[in-house]
Amino acid sequence: MKNGLDQEVAELTDLERRVINGLQGGFPVCKHPFAVAAIQFGIDAQTLVDVIQGLQERNVITRFGPLFDIQKAGGDFCLCAISTPADAWQETADTLNAMPEVAHNYLRDHAYNLWFVLATETAAQIDASIAHIEASTGYPVLALPKEKEYFIGLYLEV
Amino acid sequence: MAIDSSRLIEALQNGLPICTHPYAEVASQLGCSEAEVISGIAALKESALVRRFGVVVKHRRLGYAANAMVVWDVADDMIDTIGAKLATEAAVTLCYQRPRKLPHWPYNLFTMLHGKERQSVLQELGEIRQRLKIACKFDVLFSTRCFKQRGARYY
Repeated sequence: MKNGLDQEVAELTDLERRVINGLQGGFPVCKHPFAVAAIQFGIDAQTLVDVIQGLQERNVITRFGPLFDIQKAGGDFCLCAISTPADAWQETADTLNAMPEVAHNYLRDHAYNLWFVLATETAAQIDASIAHIEASTGYPVLALPKEKEYFIGLYLEV
Repeated sequence: MAIDSSRLIEALQNGLPICTHPYAEVASQLGCSEAEVISGIAALKESALVRRFGVVVKHRRLGYAANAMVVWDVADDMIDTIGAKLATEAAVTLCYQRPRKLPHWPYNLFTMLHGKERQSVLQELGEIRQRLKIACKFDVLFSTRCFKQRGARYY
């Protein structure tokens, strides 16, 4: 799931494109939500179910459903970075990937090359995770918690 | 009876069942009625606990291979102005203020730009800087590997 085919651009049908563009922003909350959502695409509920299942099986969509604001729900987030030597990130990346509190983890071309997001139930657990990462990897963690949000609205047209 | 919101969040955090009656399916998992699940989710949306509802895409699989974190060193008294301006740019998908960590990290404003290739992202960035007359120091961090990308888990 981490490399190979998974990183390649997926071939999409016209219907799949319309579903991705049409359902990034919202989904009905009612007794027959797929039937209601399917109307805009001119298809029936079962066809929409099949399209979304197909997209999920091919890993084009990572999930389908609600994305919660974990901070409002009582949890906490923190963007963090680590700087490893350019050719020695693998072991640290593996350590991070194995931790359930690491929600995202990216390699970037910068002196700070590993960028990851910690998501935990409490702020104290963020501190504990950082201490654990520093102790187990030997690298200091740059912790960059969000102070103010100006915009979040990721929408990708396909 | 209103369903406990933390139980509902827990049941939904890995996504909605993909079947024609997903809320009935969630209700049977939780041992409550479909109507309670529907009103429970409506209440979560009402309280803004649900930030988005629908498909969450994998950018690379859609051809958005160039994913740039653009970081800016903005004067403290200008950050609200510049943050608000950057937030209106169509190419900017996230815009956050974060702390500087001197001397290692001088940047206090973080934006994400997504594009199909690096060159087009850099060109867009140049146009944004010119249009908004942003002259401060900045840096561009393209991602080269995505190891993990999932929704945050609620415990």
